[in-house]
Amino acid sequence: MTWAWDNRSIVIDLFLVHAWLSIVPIVVGFVLAVPVGWYASRHPRLRGVLLSGGSILYTIPSLPLFVLLPGIIGTGFLDPLNVIIALSIYAFAIMVRTAADAFTAVSPAVLDAATATGYSSAQRGFLVELPLAGPVLLAGVRVVSVSTISLVTVGALIGVRNLGSLFTSGYRRDFTTEILVGVVAVVLLALLLDALLVLLGRVLMPWSVDGPGAVGRLWQRLSGRGTERASDVAAAGGRS
Amino acid sequence: MSVVTDTVDWLLDADRWSGGGGVPTRVLEHLGYTGLTMLGAAAVAVPLGLYIGHTGRLRSAAIGLTGALRALPTLGVLTWFTLLLGLGLAAPILALVLLAVPPLLAGIYSGVESVDPQTVDAARAQGMTEWQILRRVEVPIGLPLMIGGLRSATLQVVATATVAAYVSLGGLGRYIFDGQARRDYPEMAAGAVLVVALALVLDGLFALAQAGAQRAARPSEHRSTAPSSTSSSPTT
Repeated sequence: MTWAWDNRSIVIDLFLVHAWLSIVPIVVGFVLAVPVGWYASRHPRLRGVLLSGGSILYTIPSLPLFVLLPGIIGTGFLDPLNVIIALSIYAFAIMVRTAADAFTAVSPAVLDAATATGYSSAQRGFLVELPLAGPVLLAGVRVVSVSTISLVTVGALIGVRNLGSLFTSGYRRDFTTEILVGVVAVVLLALLLDALLVLLGRVLMPWSVDGPGAVGRLWQRLSGRGTERASDVAAAGGRS
Repeated sequence: MSVVTDTVDWLLDADRWSGGGGVPTRVLEHLGYTGLTMLGAAAVAVPLGLYIGHTGRLRSAAIGLTGALRALPTLGVLTWFTLLLGLGLAAPILALVLLAVPPLLAGIYSGVESVDPQTVDAARAQGMTEWQILRRVEVPIGLPLMIGGLRSATLQVVATATVAAYVSLGGLGRYIFDGQARRDYPEMAAGAVLVVALALVLDGLFALAQAGAQRAARPSEHRSTAPSSTSSSPTT
């Protein structure tokens, strides 16, 4: 562990790079998958096509994808963009299935109630369906987050710097300490990001825990009646 | 476009398809590592998964352990084991088994758990022993989910066996790392294409097997979508 201390600036730098290379694909995958999953939940035929498409994308192993992307999209071979794009594809492939399931599970009775109360379809989407699908979406992002952080390390094999570089460098120098420091740092990053996601879930979805927490109540007061009503509907839907 | 034509030329070159480093040999090596790993993983995951699924004991321990194993970066485990155990088959196969156990285990116990408790009670009421219930009721009905677990575990192993070429294993990953060492992008791309093709073919075969098991398990129901993989863990 003295090695980790002596080289803390390198390890911290790699940790931050690794976090960046993981967070971008997680966010991109989520932002693309939620609307697509929502749309798919409305169109059963499209749903089948999308889900099998996603599962085929997910079947493509990562190292080959990292290798092939420069040839397909013309990026440089060492460009971190290859890793970011490949991992965004995986994140999307997992997330779109979860999102489709999450929106399909929203009770039709709740949707009818929202329509009857006078919600427009856009309001209904954002204020009723999205919050109700929230807990399942959160579970999906947590899975994506753990797998993305682990997959980033493979990028080190094609020369993209991240915590995985500690594995390749430790292996070349026959120095197990360096590899172990890398493993611990990767697991720490995964735990940290998971904790952040859970916290984010509590702040954004106070009803899914035990009533609105302090932050949730503040959020409701700040954002006005719309959110309050939505979370009431959501709470009702969650119980049914 | 020259990259694409160079890669196609590489793949069509007859010399690549014979001899020690030829494509058929590499494919067989790759499948050999995968098969060996799956045997090792099954030796652990099948009895344990059936036990957990049938009795409901150790369930939370298994979930916690498999979750923790999934957070471990495989490349780190692979290089670490290789430094500890030396070059050869033992280290990479052990690392791959560690990777294959969680999805396989999850598939096995969730398969057994997917059986309707009333069906199990009915079997018990008819005088079946616990062993008979497991063998003749729970396994056949849970088989589609179990094959789903086998499917995602196998595909992860195929993907990671490619990475294992970094610690001097054979298989299709050799083309990627040898090509990289020689700065021969067409060779790397050809290796990548071959791995992708192998993964897709295997996935298709598993999908067929799963659909078959589904029909055998529930002849009366016509499900439009067969469950694919039971776990959403990463391909490496």
